[in-house]
Amino acid sequence: MAAGAAAEAAGKPSMAETQSVKPVIEVKDLVKTYHVGEVTVRALRGANFAVTPGEFVAVTGPSGSGKSTLMHILGCLDRPTSGQYFLDGRDVSRMSKDELANVRNNKIGFVFQGFNLLSRTTALDNVELPLLYNSGKNKLKSAERHKRAMESLTAVGLGERYHHYPNQLSGGQQQRVAIARSLINRPSIILADEPTGNLDTRTSIEVMGIFQKLNIERGITIILITHEMDIAEYGTRLVRFRDGKIQIDQKIQHRRNAVEELAKLPPPEPEEPHVPSDEKPVEHLGGVV
Amino acid sequence: MSILMTLRIALKALNRNKMRTILTMLGMIIGVGAVITMVALGRGAQATIEEQVKSAGTNLININAGNFQQGGVRQGAGMATSLTAEDATALRQVPGVQYVSAGVNSRGQVIAGNQNWSTQVQGVDVDLPAIRSWPNKYGSFFTPQDVNTAAKVAVLGTVVSDTLFGTDVDPTGQIIRIRNQPFKVIGVMTSKGQGPFGQDQDDTIFTPYTTVQKKLQGIQHINNITVSSETPDTAPVSDAISVVLRTRHKLPPGEPDDFMVRTQEEIASVRTETTRTMTTLLAAIAGVSLLVGGIGIMNIMLVSVTERTREIGLRLAIGARGSDVLLQFLVEAIVISLFGGLLGIGLGFGLSAALEKFLQWPTSIPPNAIAMAFGFAAATGVFFGFYPARKAAGLDPIEALRYE
Repeated sequence: MAAGAAAEAAGKPSMAETQSVKPVIEVKDLVKTYHVGEVTVRALRGANFAVTPGEFVAVTGPSGSGKSTLMHILGCLDRPTSGQYFLDGRDVSRMSKDELANVRNNKIGFVFQGFNLLSRTTALDNVELPLLYNSGKNKLKSAERHKRAMESLTAVGLGERYHHYPNQLSGGQQQRVAIARSLINRPSIILADEPTGNLDTRTSIEVMGIFQKLNIERGITIILITHEMDIAEYGTRLVRFRDGKIQIDQKIQHRRNAVEELAKLPPPEPEEPHVPSDEKPVEHLGGVV
Repeated sequence: MSILMTLRIALKALNRNKMRTILTMLGMIIGVGAVITMVALGRGAQATIEEQVKSAGTNLININAGNFQQGGVRQGAGMATSLTAEDATALRQVPGVQYVSAGVNSRGQVIAGNQNWSTQVQGVDVDLPAIRSWPNKYGSFFTPQDVNTAAKVAVLGTVVSDTLFGTDVDPTGQIIRIRNQPFKVIGVMTSKGQGPFGQDQDDTIFTPYTTVQKKLQGIQHINNITVSSETPDTAPVSDAISVVLRTRHKLPPGEPDDFMVRTQEEIASVRTETTRTMTTLLAAIAGVSLLVGGIGIMNIMLVSVTERTREIGLRLAIGARGSDVLLQFLVEAIVISLFGGLLGIGLGFGLSAALEKFLQWPTSIPPNAIAMAFGFAAATGVFFGFYPARKAAGLDPIEALRYE
């Protein structure tokens, strides 16, 4: 059903009106203008689009095209200068800071390029982190938090490594922990900002496999920001930004299947514990849980 | 986020940078320790004074003759001849008065055998031991009979007795010569130690005041009257005494007193006040180190916030509110300061004990000083932790996540 809706929407930027399914994300005339000193930067110049539940949208575009700005606004990390943003039918573009924090906590899961895991903190504790910031009736007891975190880790195939620290995990495994973290509060959408940017090809496919699995099996809406076209092709829909506007919004014709591709690849070398001095500089946050 | 969880996070974060945490704490430890030690020293000195005052008797009222004035020439205090033994007798009728003793002071060279000693000779009345709660060590005090007959009897202070006759010798029955007049020693007082002004109360000889008047001085008046009141509340009694004496001396209203009434409390309060001022000054100086410790905390917290910018960004991104982040850093600062304060109290106790043991300085730590130091430490943590914490809470999550 989700794929059908996406297919129907493909190629029609203003498909929101024709939707029968309520969109999970809907932005109208989104404008974002920065003032850097005397220079005015018009990062978004009126973006319109809607995402229905279950879509896997790949957002691409050259740097400076506004895709990062869009990501920040969709992630409720920033507020638009003008225009509206409906998340799950609620206008979040004019919410207070604390309300936005709540929305980020409950409705959105973040996956970053740099993983952003807390060092000296176990995978389990990292995954649990968003639960600590649940407010009011969503508060969970310690045992329940552990259970949820374990479920999340198992869903990304890392159930056995819950007690490992980030520096004992490979880059791909760290990103999987980050995905588990993004899932923990059962968000409406997952926002992934260049999630494979720090990963090699094989690991990238593995990570995309997890996203596809979550998208297909659980119907989780995923917004993926990437500048690699081959990564974008794991999605169901491609949105291309240029100069702060949507240039292309279309269905992806030949969707790649990560599971099938992995099966064709030669078997992986045994996973070595990740050594931080690798060629891939992976930054850890200094925090603890 | 619950406060308990915040506390756990703070403890872990502090544990991660042990050396830094300990050094930061050291500022608080020294600050609080110094404040406690200084207050302990001040309070110790104060307690010593109070002890001395108590040894002199808390319900004492001293009446001294006023200054003597003749043709515009003023003599020193106590030179007036207006105070008489009859005044002392009259004071016995004043309500609230317990004992009264007239006093005449003299000094003289005292000779016993081949020893001699210059000391003060206090002419007093029979009630003086009761007023000063000062028992005899040997023999007895003189009797009303001795006073009436101006008998040449002497009761020695321990210093005089020890000097003239040697320590632990009972000189009762011996004859001493005061200004070449023979006096019979009928007793020795117990040791009383230092008075409120540091004078040696044991370096004295007591004789009947009549004896000093007639045999040593040849005067009719007396120098002072010592009164004890029935209760430690001496103020109303001293006021009543003033009224009686003014009436007896026929002083018209407006005329200044020709005598001075001072209670022991007043005398003590001057010295206590001085010590308190010193204590406050010392504590204030020590408080400066507490301030420096607080600035140290602020400094480290600011470094910590900068170092952990990306962590803060992540926490904000996954749903931490500004207040959560604020609390997290504030709690860290408070943990440092409270823990430091706790150790500082220990240090203060240790230092005070050491001063008392090795330098024999009297110290006393009042319980409220501990509470105050602890509260002050906590307040320091909140005050100096707030700015860095607010800085952390105010970070823009986007920029914080990008921070390298």
